[in-house]
Amino acid sequence: MEILPRFDVLRPASLAAAIEARRRCAASRFIAGGTDLMVNLRHGLGAPETLIDLRHIAELRLLSKENGGITIGAAVTLAELAANPAIGCDYPAIAAAARAVGAPAHREAATLGGNLCLDTRCLFYNRSAWWREANGFCLKHQGETCHVAPTGKRCHAAYSGDLAPALLVYDATIEIAGRAGTRRIPLADLYAEDGAAHLRLAPDEVLVRIHLPAAPWPAAYAKARARGAIDFPQAGVAVALRAEAGWITGLRVAFTGTNARPFLLAGVAALENTRIDAAWRDRLTKLVQKQVSPMRTTLLAAQYRRRVASALAQRLAAALAGMGAENHGSV
Amino acid sequence: MERDQRSPRAKIRAFRLNGRAREILVADSRLLIDTLRETLGLTGTKHGCDGGECGACTVLIDGRPRLACLTRTEECEGHDVETIEGFAEQGRMSRLQRAFHERLGTQCGYCTPGMILAAEGLLRRDPAPDAAAIRAALAGNLCRCTGYVKIIEAVADAARGVP
Ligand SMILES: Cc1cc2nc3c(=O)[nH]c(=O)nc-3n(C[C@H](O)[C@H](O)[C@H](O)COP(=O)(O)OP(=O)(O)OC[C@H]3O[C@@H](n4cnc5c(N)ncnc54)[C@H](O)[C@@H]3O)c2cc1C
Ligand code: SF4
Ligand code: FES
Ligand code: FES
Repeated sequence: MEILPRFDVLRPASLAAAIEARRRCAASRFIAGGTDLMVNLRHGLGAPETLIDLRHIAELRLLSKENGGITIGAAVTLAELAANPAIGCDYPAIAAAARAVGAPAHREAATLGGNLCLDTRCLFYNRSAWWREANGFCLKHQGETCHVAPTGKRCHAAYSGDLAPALLVYDATIEIAGRAGTRRIPLADLYAEDGAAHLRLAPDEVLVRIHLPAAPWPAAYAKARARGAIDFPQAGVAVALRAEAGWITGLRVAFTGTNARPFLLAGVAALENTRIDAAWRDRLTKLVQKQVSPMRTTLLAAQYRRRVASALAQRLAAALAGMGAENHGSV
Repeated sequence: MERDQRSPRAKIRAFRLNGRAREILVADSRLLIDTLRETLGLTGTKHGCDGGECGACTVLIDGRPRLACLTRTEECEGHDVETIEGFAEQGRMSRLQRAFHERLGTQCGYCTPGMILAAEGLLRRDPAPDAAAIRAALAGNLCRCTGYVKIIEAVADAARGVP
């Protein structure tokens, strides 16, 4: 059943015009590559009267080096990111994450902003309108109960964008523009642990650009997926690790696909200023398993996603510490 | 000028299609795949899923692969769109079409236009791809018949200029 709504498309050439257009029409949505939103609209998940295409705003398309760091406009495509030499050289986890998204035809359209603002995903949500109607709508859209955790009152749909964890371990900050002006926050603060409202973004706020600080630590990204060719992560892990002769002096670990938001592992300080050994691996595993909370939102068992998340984290950390060069790319 | 969907909101959009300048009156929400198949009668671009999953609708926009089922016709304004209909010239098949034919890279044929367009996008970027690059380029294109081996061989042959 095809129920793509009728809508108009606006192409503002400035941020101010985009924000003003969004304010004037309550039933409008921002759109970039459309590889997430167009699919959802075809599934009857939302019926905007107007789409505001952000890709005609020149500053959103810039990727520039500054003060040793890099600034990436929100409308830069994942194909551009994957091919950019400066990203590939200094921020390889970002290039790896970009290459791990969908297929070439998706990456040509897909933008970094769209990836960071990706809607959360669930077996009961990413379905055609007739499927959801036949099954009974759920809490996240049009319904009252959650089919994954019926006794609960919240949605557990998983944030499944590949880029967020890679940006998190590089300590990225983002710039957001809205009616009230511009604010700059750590990327981690964009997200909340609620599958039905995972973005802390006012309706008229635009993600403008992403800043990566200079002197990045060595980092890598890996994801587990059900289908090797193209697939969203069942669990995606980025690790940044600074080490001197096997002695860990800095560690950051971030996840996607396991929770309603991408997040940085808390409590990693206890894993610094030490060597990687069997006990260290156990402590990392415990920490990861306590903080990831996959639910039955994909076809794979939640327990598998929990375990694969910690296994990938261990593997990446060991490889970055120079203890065996397994798996720098995607898994 | 073609008329695509009578709608008060329809606008005139100009773009190039298979090398020819076109102007059509089209609603903003109209998908490229529907304009191609229903309005322009170019049914070579296939519809295989309900959005982004199968690659059967792959076309080239400015020489790069894009999915016609997730692209609005409106987005093509001022750009260069290529579909499978643009590939055979005066009855002569393109190198990829010939290679798919010779290598049995096509069985029922439903996935073939999308495969050829995705492969064409690859060969323009990388004229001598290895097997891994071919697989990566076709990762988003599902085929339910061939088992992919013959398709990958066909693309490799086309790249080498065989036959
Ligand atoms: C078959 C298939 C496979 C896929 N596989 C993957 C995968 O493996 N990994 C993965 O991460 N993704 C995957 N995707 C999802 C998607 O292609 C990517 O996440 C992509 O990066 C989304 O970007 P976009 O520009 O197309 O977003 P859009 O669809 O344009 O937008 C997505 C959301 O973000 C909002 N938005 C966009 N830009 C901004 C901005 N600047 N400010 C505020 N809000 C904004 C939009 O309003 C919308 O709600 C897949 C999609 C398909 C169809
Ligand atoms: S987790 Fe529950 S509420 Fe959220 S999308 Fe899935 S079924 Fe719906
Ligand atoms: S029709 Fe399946 S990806 Fe477009
Ligand atoms: S030849 Fe039949 S789907 Fe590919």
